[in-house]
Amino acid sequence: MDADALIALLQQAVPGAHVEPAASIDLQATVFVSSAEVPAIARALRDTPDLAFGLLAELTAVDYWPREPRYEVVYLLVSLAHRTRLRMKVRLAGEDAHLATVSDVWPAANWLEREVWDLMGIAFDGHPDPRRLLMPEDWEGHPLRKDYPVQIRMTPQAAEPLQVTAEEFRANVERDRLTRG
Amino acid sequence: MPELKTEVMTVNMGPQHPSTHGVLRLVLELDGETVLSAAPTIGYLHTGIEKTAEQKKWQQVIPLVERMDYLSAQSNSMAFCLSVERLLGIEIPERVQWIRVLIAELQRINSHLVWLGTHGMEVGAVSVMLYCFREREQLLNLNEMLAGFRMFPSYMRIGGLREDLPRGFHAAVRAFLDAFPAKLDDYEDLLTKNTIYLQRAQGVGVISKEDAVAYGLVGPIARAAGVDYDVRKYFPYLGYDTLQFDVPTRSTGDVYGRYQVRVAEMRESIKICRQVLDRIEPTGPYAIKDPRITPPPKDRVYTEMEALIQHFLIYSQGFTVPAGEAYVPVEGPRGEHGFSIVSDGTNRPWRVKSRAPSLLACQALARMIVGGLIADVIAVIGSIDVVMGDVDR
Repeated sequence: MDADALIALLQQAVPGAHVEPAASIDLQATVFVSSAEVPAIARALRDTPDLAFGLLAELTAVDYWPREPRYEVVYLLVSLAHRTRLRMKVRLAGEDAHLATVSDVWPAANWLEREVWDLMGIAFDGHPDPRRLLMPEDWEGHPLRKDYPVQIRMTPQAAEPLQVTAEEFRANVERDRLTRG
Repeated sequence: MPELKTEVMTVNMGPQHPSTHGVLRLVLELDGETVLSAAPTIGYLHTGIEKTAEQKKWQQVIPLVERMDYLSAQSNSMAFCLSVERLLGIEIPERVQWIRVLIAELQRINSHLVWLGTHGMEVGAVSVMLYCFREREQLLNLNEMLAGFRMFPSYMRIGGLREDLPRGFHAAVRAFLDAFPAKLDDYEDLLTKNTIYLQRAQGVGVISKEDAVAYGLVGPIARAAGVDYDVRKYFPYLGYDTLQFDVPTRSTGDVYGRYQVRVAEMRESIKICRQVLDRIEPTGPYAIKDPRITPPPKDRVYTEMEALIQHFLIYSQGFTVPAGEAYVPVEGPRGEHGFSIVSDGTNRPWRVKSRAPSLLACQALARMIVGGLIADVIAVIGSIDVVMGDVDR
């Protein structure tokens, strides 16, 4: 199925949907959709019998910093009934990037969206479990963003300050030296 | 008699539990021996390979992606090479294509052997592990012969292979293929009709066909539940459409079904290996002839100025890949995987994203173990064959 036939089917299923074709060099048709229409289009893609994209193979995001719109969220879908693949993309602005969740349409999206939030910092509205997935819970920043440094050189921070003052420390060392004789 | 006090007990399983195949942590809520809820925690093995890959040149990414799913190393590097080659718009020689198929299928047998051995051991059949690792050793020896490296050979290169097949490789592979089916029968004698194994495996960890698709499960887990999705049949690559093989499926969706599917898959892989081995000529091209992408042979580097310059350019600057986005799915041992790569037209990838079948299998784990017994949790974790390196990347 090529992108044009697919777009015609989608526009029947979701009247007024804004779907534009994009260039693709692999075997998957590629379309751009607007972020507000993602839940409706996702449902149509899964439930329309002529499309039947029941398998969400991948959900990821690409950061095109410093370009605007900065992010592209990519959904790779497979229709097992028709043996076709589709790449659906959504452009998102850099400021306050957020998007509606599709985990109610494809349960597989749950952890994939958590991973995108964790590593890219794109929030998914209505997500049932919006926590980090791979990084520690108290991590600051989103490592896969292009403006996130590859190596951070920071002095390690102690959880508690030392309980002895510099003078006491020196006195202790001096006393040890004397007693050791 | 006073009423016995009952309460829900929370058990923390892992991250250092021997049956979690790495570092998977499960927080289980138990009522007696019944699992009421399960919350997997992952990320202990996250090493940021995708971020690291963005700093490397294209050909330097290959050793990195081999270390993601460490049981299907060559399948990973093949998927990565296929995606980059699609962006570069190059066609690899037919001989290279068949060598890649051969290596990928041997890798599938290798990975399934590790799975069968560890899974057998976890459900109490320790001898299966010893036998499986004996045969796996021969496959690792083949890798060593091929590339001098047993686990992560980095033999696949963008544009072909690193070097030609070593002398005697055909004979060595054929010897393995001749001996292996009898060994496989031995493993089946140990497990397939073993009452103890049947009781541990049948009806345990069931997932329905609908749930398998909805949770994005692919590969043997989905095929055991009746989904006949195999990338080699649905979206053929590397000439798989010209090879004769079947896709084994079962409809039970339980641990035993996954066992049957994987054992049958090893037999199909042997069939594929035999066919492609006949198609690989003893000598011929092992990479494309493009001086920008593949380095010249070492003897020319030592004797010709142009070859030295070409060698130097490839290993210092690398090569550029046209801007664009590509994802070529392949059927790895754990199901569809592949690399979603984005290039901005420079000599380093802009984004490399691995589709990790183990991640989705881990996500669906809770669905398979809730309502079952705690003893079955181990059998189910083993049966979904998660590699934590692939889950956490």
